Amino acid sequence: MRASVIIALKDLSQRIRDKSAILLGLVAPLGLALIFSGIIPSDTTSFDVKVGVVDNDGGSISATFVDQVLPAIEADEIMTVTAYTDLAALESDVEAGDQNAGYVFPAGFSDGLLAGQGGTVRLIGNVDSSISTQIAKAVLDGYLAEVDAVGIAVGSALVSGAVDVDAISAAAVQTPAAVVLTDVAAASRELDVTTFFSAGMAVFFLFFTVQFGVSSLLEERFYGTLPRLLGAPISRWSIIGGKALTSFVLGLVSMIVLAVATTFMIGAEWGNPVGVGILMVCGVLSALGIMAVVAVISKTAEQAANWQSIVAVALGLLGGTFFPLSQGPRLLALFSKLTPHAWFLQGLGDLSAGSGLSSVVTPALALVAFFVVTVGAAMAFGKEVLAP
Amino acid sequence: MNVLECAGLVKAFDDLVAVDDVGFHIAAGETYGLLGPNGAGKTTSISMIAGILEADAGKVTVAGKEITTRSVEGNVEIGYVPQDIAIYPDLTARENLRFFGKLYGIPKDRLATRIDEVLAVIGLAGRGDDRTDEYSGGMKRRLNIGIGLLHEPSLLILDEPTVGVDPQSRNSILESVELLGRSGTAVLYTTHYMEEAERLCDRVAIIDGGKIRAEGTRRELVELVGQRDTINLGVVGSAKRLVEALQSVGEIESITAAEGTVEILVEGASGLLPRILDVAQQSGVSVSGVEVVEPNLESVFLHLTGKALRD
Repeated sequence: MRASVIIALKDLSQRIRDKSAILLGLVAPLGLALIFSGIIPSDTTSFDVKVGVVDNDGGSISATFVDQVLPAIEADEIMTVTAYTDLAALESDVEAGDQNAGYVFPAGFSDGLLAGQGGTVRLIGNVDSSISTQIAKAVLDGYLAEVDAVGIAVGSALVSGAVDVDAISAAAVQTPAAVVLTDVAAASRELDVTTFFSAGMAVFFLFFTVQFGVSSLLEERFYGTLPRLLGAPISRWSIIGGKALTSFVLGLVSMIVLAVATTFMIGAEWGNPVGVGILMVCGVLSALGIMAVVAVISKTAEQAANWQSIVAVALGLLGGTFFPLSQGPRLLALFSKLTPHAWFLQGLGDLSAGSGLSSVVTPALALVAFFVVTVGAAMAFGKEVLAP
Repeated sequence: MNVLECAGLVKAFDDLVAVDDVGFHIAAGETYGLLGPNGAGKTTSISMIAGILEADAGKVTVAGKEITTRSVEGNVEIGYVPQDIAIYPDLTARENLRFFGKLYGIPKDRLATRIDEVLAVIGLAGRGDDRTDEYSGGMKRRLNIGIGLLHEPSLLILDEPTVGVDPQSRNSILESVELLGRSGTAVLYTTHYMEEAERLCDRVAIIDGGKIRAEGTRRELVELVGQRDTINLGVVGSAKRLVEALQSVGEIESITAAEGTVEILVEGASGLLPRILDVAQQSGVSVSGVEVVEPNLESVFLHLTGKALRD
């Protein structure tokens, strides 16, 4: 351990001296976080979906949606709803981008549903507002799913003749709004924009920062100092330990400084410090393991740096450090779980939403799993790394 | 008492046997040379002796402690100076020395003094706080040796320390090694320069093709060759034609030709030289220079391996 610390202290002094670790570990992520959070509004609730509604039905089901469900969402500042009487006007506004999406309830829609004949609501979306259109669709889907379920109950009741149709219809139209709002509220589990970009840039550049330690073994070979270390009265594990310790310290310090800096400078809300600390430690370990694999299969420090950059960027993009995964394709969110970045951000998101420390257990275990698997691979592939 | 004892060292890289049954010993205060051309197995041998490279077979002990790639305790007894300059260019000489001094467990209060002593010995006392990437090649070489000396090892291993060094620095390095031998340090010195081995080494092993071909003091090795002299002829024209013509001179023991020179090993050069020059004239090859070299380690190497040391 003593030898590992001596080696790590030497490596850290070299990294501080050449300033590369400071640039990649602190300046670049902090700068980008500041830029991104400055460009993109920091208040997610200001993400406003503008929808128009044409209600040619006027029946109880469409009326409830228009008069009760949509106003409730509008009150939460998620949507701005405009009523239209003219379908062509709505289509024109959606096409022009004045509205993100539009609902069109055809005449006889409610009667058709209540008679068990079904019906169709038309949703018009602006091609440049795919996310807003998806939100509008989700609201409508949630409502219609509940109407459909209650509709079956109404049908059954009519057969038995034992209930009041108006009362059941009223119950049916009351139910969906709450369900729809619950779905929308689930989005609050994501980080606000400022915190998202602070954390995203921190974990993205973490992979660049930790590479300095693990790749320095290749530099030792380049400078010819590796044989000296191998001949010194220290174990070979202490050499590897020193390099790993360098990576760990660089990564953790970079994350901590970024968390503190973004908290005070741009108001990022990282969440419970203990939970954040656990995620940071596990995140640094996972990055260390992945970069160690790349280092041991590389021939030179330069080759390692090139591959590590490619891996860091690819994992960062896939892991959703540049945009919230919820706004991308579902498949991307699925594949993102193959990256430590996604687990780290998920853990922070849960913490930020006020979930307890238990919410970081799964992300932390996933990050540790990355570390265990990759370190195992590095040891398997890296038998030659300590050859003189 | 022997500081280093090694026996039966073997190392193969796939099908290539780089070191084959190498063994020798070095006493305290003795300077031992491994003399051989590039690729002879010198660096591989000392890498195993220093515990850097795992041996396929054989045993090494230094100051009575066994040395392997897993040993720790015994490595304190060894100072290793690799062939390539092995220093951190972005650190100062003092920082380089401090780092390795800590690794070798030199106590903090002793380390600062020892660093000053070493900087003085290697002639860098006034430049100790400069980054080493500002050093000349010779200064880097001297620091390279200084790091090996820092912890006052029982055995100092120097792997071709004068390769690529200017004459002034080279002389300084050789003087340092002579001083070390006199101070009681056992020195293992590899080189392919015959003059260095003759000047520094109490005993020399001639190594080629991974095997030690002969071992002994300079006198003992030269006796292997007998009174054979080497005649070096500078030639204008076909050296190959001269070599063919000289086959008729029965007293010649061996001939090697390089571009513009022919090296002839004979017993009693003075008696045979006129005949050799006659043969050269008759074969139509002009002789531009003649040098007669009395037996030395170069001749021994030629005698033992059939090739020149520089090959």
